[in-house]
Amino acid sequence: MDVALFTEQLLNGVQLGVQLFLMAAGLTLVFGIMNMINLTHGSLYMIGAFVAAALFGHTGSFLLALVIAVPATALAGALLEAAVLRHFYHRGHLDQVLVTFGLILVLNEIVKMIWGAVPVPLPVPQLLSGSVTLFADVTYPSFRLAILGVGAVVALGLYAVVAHTRIGMWVRAGASNRDIASAMGVNVELIFSLVFAAGAALAGLAGIMAGPINAVQVGMGEPVLILALVVTVIGGVGSIKGAFIAALMIGVVDTFGRVLLPPALGSMMIFMLMAVILAWRPRGLFPVHG
Amino acid sequence: MKIASIALASLLLLSASASAEEPVKIGFISTFSGPSGQLGQELLDGFNLGIKSVGGKLGGRTVEVIKGDDQAKPDVGRQLADKMIESDRVQIITGINFSNVMLAVAKPVLDSGAFIFSVNAGPSQYAGKLCNAHYFNESFQNDTLPEAMGLYLNSKQAKRVYLMAPNYPAGKDFLAGFKRTFKGQIAGEVYTAFGQLDYAAEIAQLRAAKPDAVFFFYPGGMGINFVKQYAQAGLTKEVKLYGPSFSLDQTVLPGMGDAAIGAYASAFWTEDFDNPASKKFVADFEAAYGRVPSPNAANAYDGARILDAALTSIGGKIEDKAAFRKALENVKFDSVRGHFRFNTNHYPIQDSYLAEIVKDAKGRPTMKKLELIKADQADSYASQCNMAAQ
Amino acid sequence: MASSPASYRPSSDMMAITVIVAVLAAVPVVASLVGDPFLVKIATRVVVFAIAAVALNLVLGFGGLVSLMHAGLFGIGGYVVAILAFHADDSSRLFDLFPGTTELSIGLPLAMLVAGAAAAVMGLVSLRTSGVYFIMITLAFNQMLYYFFVALQQYGGEDGLQIMSDLTLFGHAAIGRMSFYYGCLVALALVLVVVQRLINSRFGMVLRASSQNERRLTAIGIAPLRYRLTAFALSGAIAGLAGALLAAGQQFISPAEMSWVRSGDLVVMCVLGGMARVWGPVLGAAVFLVLEIVLSGWSTHWQLAFGLLIILVVVSLRGGLIDLLHLVGRRGASR
Repeated sequence: MDVALFTEQLLNGVQLGVQLFLMAAGLTLVFGIMNMINLTHGSLYMIGAFVAAALFGHTGSFLLALVIAVPATALAGALLEAAVLRHFYHRGHLDQVLVTFGLILVLNEIVKMIWGAVPVPLPVPQLLSGSVTLFADVTYPSFRLAILGVGAVVALGLYAVVAHTRIGMWVRAGASNRDIASAMGVNVELIFSLVFAAGAALAGLAGIMAGPINAVQVGMGEPVLILALVVTVIGGVGSIKGAFIAALMIGVVDTFGRVLLPPALGSMMIFMLMAVILAWRPRGLFPVHG
Repeated sequence: MKIASIALASLLLLSASASAEEPVKIGFISTFSGPSGQLGQELLDGFNLGIKSVGGKLGGRTVEVIKGDDQAKPDVGRQLADKMIESDRVQIITGINFSNVMLAVAKPVLDSGAFIFSVNAGPSQYAGKLCNAHYFNESFQNDTLPEAMGLYLNSKQAKRVYLMAPNYPAGKDFLAGFKRTFKGQIAGEVYTAFGQLDYAAEIAQLRAAKPDAVFFFYPGGMGINFVKQYAQAGLTKEVKLYGPSFSLDQTVLPGMGDAAIGAYASAFWTEDFDNPASKKFVADFEAAYGRVPSPNAANAYDGARILDAALTSIGGKIEDKAAFRKALENVKFDSVRGHFRFNTNHYPIQDSYLAEIVKDAKGRPTMKKLELIKADQADSYASQCNMAAQ
Repeated sequence: MASSPASYRPSSDMMAITVIVAVLAAVPVVASLVGDPFLVKIATRVVVFAIAAVALNLVLGFGGLVSLMHAGLFGIGGYVVAILAFHADDSSRLFDLFPGTTELSIGLPLAMLVAGAAAAVMGLVSLRTSGVYFIMITLAFNQMLYYFFVALQQYGGEDGLQIMSDLTLFGHAAIGRMSFYYGCLVALALVLVVVQRLINSRFGMVLRASSQNERRLTAIGIAPLRYRLTAFALSGAIAGLAGALLAAGQQFISPAEMSWVRSGDLVVMCVLGGMARVWGPVLGAAVFLVLEIVLSGWSTHWQLAFGLLIILVVVSLRGGLIDLLHLVGRRGASR
């Protein structure tokens, strides 16, 4: 593997990592703050992609589709939270897994009823359809570069919000100790709803960005959900920093594992990595709760 | 147990006396739910349209098609087959689209004396050593279309070809088929995890290998992802894509969009075949279901018409299994594929063509037939089949 | 039957087990009366999955451990039987050492041993974690097992492995419809009795206590890990037995039986039936599998109804079908 190819594969790994981070960020906050396992996060990813594809079909503008589909997914998430999930914050993890598992089946069928079982087209926006020559021998698809950029901006933005704003302080307080936070007068209910909607928006964004690369089809959220869960757990539940580092790690390990190892071993790599890390640090790399 | 045997005896008597009145019962097991759920519907739509095209009856007898959803799970498929054989007493099982479901279902069905009549899945085991008097496949054997593409690329004097497929038995069959006929150099042979979403890493390796052509096999969503990402990497014009029609048919082309334009497929049938049977099929299918049919639907359509032709030739007596088998082996019918006959191993002998992916008048990507690659193509496992021993 | 779900009355458990086994034993009679032999096949499937669900419930219902790797353990058992038959069929040797066999008196115990050993090794790592982390690490192990068998090209890979020769038990043909069904039923009865005895022993009390208050146990000098690990290994061995029976009965096994969704199905069976009792998962497996047949024959959108049902059970029937039985029983008593 020469330097140019190595660079390209590294970019591929980081780009996959960034995509996973968009998913994992919402998961880890909902996990950490509400103590809720939300398997419907993959469905929100799917909903974002489908709404964007439908809007693109009508308007022909990717940007317009993106601008409307992200808040639409946030709204869908908020509705889901208010209608069902809110009632499960105080239940055990088992009940949460089951309810959200049931919801996955329901949401998949609803999407299939609306848009059908055939994949829906969502092409790369014209402006980003080409490749960019980065230096010497390395050319890279513009759209993947755009994903990298969006992911980096979102990561920085999230970090800034969580670390340096009042809302961020409440979120952190909620994540580390819910009871004390509410005793301090933080409106925990409102924070929960906001965090959930924000997480949904990020999942929708991830789905929309993945749409032009992957197929927009029923069930597209599940494989990504599993990877995002792996990222969340390796990073440490509730930790944005952990999710970011773990996402990049998984992206790079998966990319190079696939290229360098035999296929069966390549697909086991990230699960082995997760087992090793949890055996060594049972609460992930950056545990939040005491 | 006595009651059971009396009941069974009376049922046998009943079915013997009433054979002309009873409907032909067909069990249609396929994947109707989950991510691959569309393929089952495609096959069933084609099959039903085929029955309709011959007047709604098979060999003059009414038909009862019992549908079952295997959910892509072999054990569920097996259970459905048991139910259809034992409760519904079907004479034929058809519709199966996954080879692992076929392997779970075939043995018990054949052991019970019923027929397997595949309109899709074609595992090599049943084309070769396990070939069976009551097992027929009228669609294709996995290796044949890649073999045809190997022949075509020989004729184009392609020197270095890069191969890609998912890491599962059908994927290995497809690449093995290609290597059997292709005489040039293999620039790389890559197997990816089944269900992989992102092919950026593999495409980077591919670009670095600088091949003359790429032969790939990715069914369903995997194919959509691969072709779109290949186009985004800017390789579509530099290195042409070649694949069997299953990677580039109407079940995936709408999802690929423009990314697939300019790719080549080897096919037994394309949407623009100009024989009357095919023209009628495409027009009827679009009128009935509002979409362009895929080769899978065409195969299923042919399947129903084969059953009708064979049953007509024996006066509808499906209960006479030996006669039905003979009738199938020598069946003559108007295939949408033009030439078709069964080989000694009960798999097809048919013509393979080259097709290019182009836009049709409405701007939809479709397969356009270019040239005949090989007439009367048979699969390579027939020699391992000893049907006389059956 | 008016006891509250929380209290334990071993005698009522034994009665319930007797009733369940008797009802299942009568299925072939009913099947021949109504003239539908397929009922026996459905009942066989229910019994096989009931064994797997009872196995899972040993750690899930009584140990509070939400394991998503039981489909993987189930698959290991199936592959042990299928691989042994594969080598017997072409008279080759496993690892160039052991001859294959179609004899289930060797295959079944070996399936339990291998699955139990795998559960012990993976349990040792998994049990270091708890809560969400435990769920996720068992999911990871399930995926590793899945991909491991996909990678075994010699044994069919993704396509799975057919058992071409006839299996025997002590030299007699084992997979005739009736004999196989009653064989599986005996296995279920044994599993139910063994697990019931176990959870009412001192071992079972520690296991149950460990899911409720680990700190108190540690305070009185009991390390719960040993108990959990033993339960996990035993649970894995029984799941392996169920997988071996599935493979033997359908003469086929493939990695598709080991997907994480199948692990989820087993959890749903436990919750649906009721986790508070040893025999709850048997009810769950029966209702789950029969519903699957009925609903999928009814509409292609059946998973919508299935999803809603799961949600409904979790929301309003927290003790599972057992609760429903109690409710009906109480109403009957007050009339």
